[in-house]
Amino acid sequence: MARYLFSRLWQGLIAILGAVLIVFIAQRLAGDPLALLLPMDASEADFEALRVELGLDQPLLVQFFRFLQSVLVGDFGYSYQWQTPALDLILDRLPATLELAVAGLLFAIVLAIPLGVFSALYQDSWVDRVAKVFAMLGQAIPSFWIGLLLILFFAVTLNWLPAYGRGNLSHLVLPAIALGWYPVAAMTRTLRSAMLDILQSDYIRMARSVGLSERAIIWKYALRNAAVPLATMIGVYFANMLGGAFVVEVVFAWPGVGRTVVEAVFNRDFPVVQAGVILSAVVFVLVNLLVDLSYGLIDPRIRHGR
Amino acid sequence: MSTNVLEVQDLQTHLHLRRGVVKAVNQVSFSIAYGETLGLIGESGSGKTMTGLSLLGLLPRPAGRIVGGSIRLNGRELSQLNQATYAAQIRGKEIAMISQDPMTSLNPVFSIGSQVAAPIRRHRHDTDQTALALATEELHRVRVPSPALRISHFPHQFSGGMRQRVIAAMATACRPNLLIADEPTSALDVTIQVQLMDLLDQLQDESGAGLLFITHDLGVAASLCDRVAVMYAGSVVETAAVTDLYAAPAHPYTRGLLASVPRIGIKTERGRLFSIPGTPPDPLDLPMGCAFAPRCDLVKDRCHRESPPLIDKGGREIACFEVQ
Amino acid sequence: MGAESILKQRSIFASLRTWLGFARFPYIAMTVLGLVLVAAFFGSWISPHSANEIDLAMRLTPPAWLDGGSSAHILGTDNLGRDILSRLIAGARVSVTIAAYAIILSGALGTFLGMAAGYFGGWIDAIISRLIDIQMSVPSIPLAMLFVAVLSPGEAMVVFIIVLSYWTWYARIVRGEVLSLRERDYIALAKVAGVSTPVIFIRHLWPNVLNTLLVLATLQFGSVIVFEAGLSFLGLGIQPPDVSWGGMLSDGRNYIEVAWWLITMPGFAIMMACLASNIVGDWLRDTLDPRLKQS
Repeated sequence: MARYLFSRLWQGLIAILGAVLIVFIAQRLAGDPLALLLPMDASEADFEALRVELGLDQPLLVQFFRFLQSVLVGDFGYSYQWQTPALDLILDRLPATLELAVAGLLFAIVLAIPLGVFSALYQDSWVDRVAKVFAMLGQAIPSFWIGLLLILFFAVTLNWLPAYGRGNLSHLVLPAIALGWYPVAAMTRTLRSAMLDILQSDYIRMARSVGLSERAIIWKYALRNAAVPLATMIGVYFANMLGGAFVVEVVFAWPGVGRTVVEAVFNRDFPVVQAGVILSAVVFVLVNLLVDLSYGLIDPRIRHGR
Repeated sequence: MSTNVLEVQDLQTHLHLRRGVVKAVNQVSFSIAYGETLGLIGESGSGKTMTGLSLLGLLPRPAGRIVGGSIRLNGRELSQLNQATYAAQIRGKEIAMISQDPMTSLNPVFSIGSQVAAPIRRHRHDTDQTALALATEELHRVRVPSPALRISHFPHQFSGGMRQRVIAAMATACRPNLLIADEPTSALDVTIQVQLMDLLDQLQDESGAGLLFITHDLGVAASLCDRVAVMYAGSVVETAAVTDLYAAPAHPYTRGLLASVPRIGIKTERGRLFSIPGTPPDPLDLPMGCAFAPRCDLVKDRCHRESPPLIDKGGREIACFEVQ
Repeated sequence: MGAESILKQRSIFASLRTWLGFARFPYIAMTVLGLVLVAAFFGSWISPHSANEIDLAMRLTPPAWLDGGSSAHILGTDNLGRDILSRLIAGARVSVTIAAYAIILSGALGTFLGMAAGYFGGWIDAIISRLIDIQMSVPSIPLAMLFVAVLSPGEAMVVFIIVLSYWTWYARIVRGEVLSLRERDYIALAKVAGVSTPVIFIRHLWPNVLNTLLVLATLQFGSVIVFEAGLSFLGLGIQPPDVSWGGMLSDGRNYIEVAWWLITMPGFAIMMACLASNIVGDWLRDTLDPRLKQS
């Protein structure tokens, strides 16, 4: 397990390094990076001073390592729109994004578990069909459209829930549904096929043959086994959810990283954009590490390094 | 004669598939006395596993159904029980099963202790702690070394033979009156097979339970069973004490079956093993009359018209017109 | 036991067919996909109005079947009085063009790299696999934001971003296919017989990989359309005056309280296009390459 985690950690570091490299390349693609890093009204003297400060006269490789160095200490420069360190600005918004992503994930899991389990138990029943329709629609309806429809229906027409902003729990409901919509489909499918396999397995027959109740067999014995592919799914889809959260944030005016970065793009506030991109890569790697850790909790075979 | 723990009378189990109905168990009758071991022998597809599952109420759903006959356990009729009652009162408590493949029959993500404790908790309504303590004793009883340590381990940390012991402990934890062992040895090495059969013997001696031993292996059956029932295409064709059956098989199918077992020191014709000509019938389309008739060397016209009943003949039962 | 194993096989097979539900030819999905393609290629002929024709007198006209609707604007008009149907048709052209370029380019890039990685192995495989890992661990929306921030948005940018995010799919699948094909006897025989590497590639690997690619491309058609719509919705994709479904949604947001059709119509178009390509893709997979079903 330790070795496995170590190798995953190593892969994660490489991935973050890759993200930093991509940001660096994007910076250079823009031509003079100073044009990105300085506000539009900067003077010629500002340009010269920063050029020397950033060592842009040095070879590219040296420049990359200097960039990497500044990233490692969390120095992404100042947002010229807000005049605060770019990283602080992003970190400030991170809790809101994570809150949304976690709420979306919870929504997806809470919906997917009964849908997946019941559609496996009662194949071709109405539950199975509903789950199948969910799966199809889930993949075809983009989160921003479902978000708008939710606003139209629950906020505008019925006036039940607030449409915009972040505040109490009621503000979280619609964005969480919009975000969790997509993974519900994939999770339901995964859980269904996992449960179908597991319910046919010898150990479930064994559990039945000693008289355990059907409820315990399904919700305890079988579901725990199905948790492994489900956890994999969560890991895979969290990247999607982070990206999706960015879009959903814009739909619901949710004050998170995504909305901040989108605004920064429009204002050509590059330090904020690069801080946002690198941070989202870091969060993604961390989440995947957590998922890897959870395998060990769920499946003793992985815990014991097999 | 001691009293019977199990009496199966004209049991009929059908599997309703989309392609048709499989008469998996066709008018099967047998009984098992306390402390007795009955071997249920047959090729794969002969209905022996389905017979075992019928007794446990674990037929594949929704296809499998008992359509006739009776299963009496200590005089209690089981064939009409609903699933919830079966689970709460019969399985694990009165009847338990030791399954085929030890490698896949334990849940990989639960500890050994919790799995052995589960039936105890379920049927004795003990607390988790008591159940776990009892589970430790059970593991000790089936001679798993250092059980107190092993209860916190997981199935993948056990060898095949040890897993089979754990399964035996789980099945017998509540001292069922009837134990069904479905090919418990076929996935094990020969030395471990012998150990396991010793263990089954010991468990049976201790509890006085009846044992239904399902196998296709005539050698294993011979060493463990008191009596043997031979199944072919869903029906029992011959029941006899194990020594009688091996000494003088009566039914043509049994004779063929025994003749096809390689034995040291016995020369076969042209040095080849005997095999019964033909193949078992399509379970979806059983022939009229005796199912074995198309492959039988004693076949008469009547065999194609009527199915022979299982008739008592001097301490053994045979379903064949010619032999009777 | 025999009967039981028959039972298992049958139930799994039967449920798979029902579950996936595409044992038959998908007429409806094919029709929808056909409509989208017709709109994309012949849009200017069938479009009732010009997509950017402003008619402030007719602004926010509801669809024709509602009170106040006009038969001149079957699906209604937007806040500038532009005809929704005409804009949907114009949006189809953008969506289909971008999806086509993006899929062809990402397919070509991914296939090339995947084949190289799978066939040569060694350090080439190591580098390409690592690239795939890196690419997959950078979420694609933030990545898109990064590139739009430094370069300017537009059709080429959208295609570039989609290629950057989607090539890994082709690369991974093709690499896997090639790896498994490489182990087959006939490839080994071809090598032993002295057939040169390019010939092996073209004659043996290509036909095997082609079906897989076709299925993947069809399945991704819908996904790419959604992705493009998302970018355009955020304002990072297609820029006005070019019309895109995502852009229409973004414009319509501001009028959500007075004109529901502004957000429902383009969203519906996105959904139908995506749904249709998913269903057709599933059907293709079923007919061309049943092995893929497991993945």
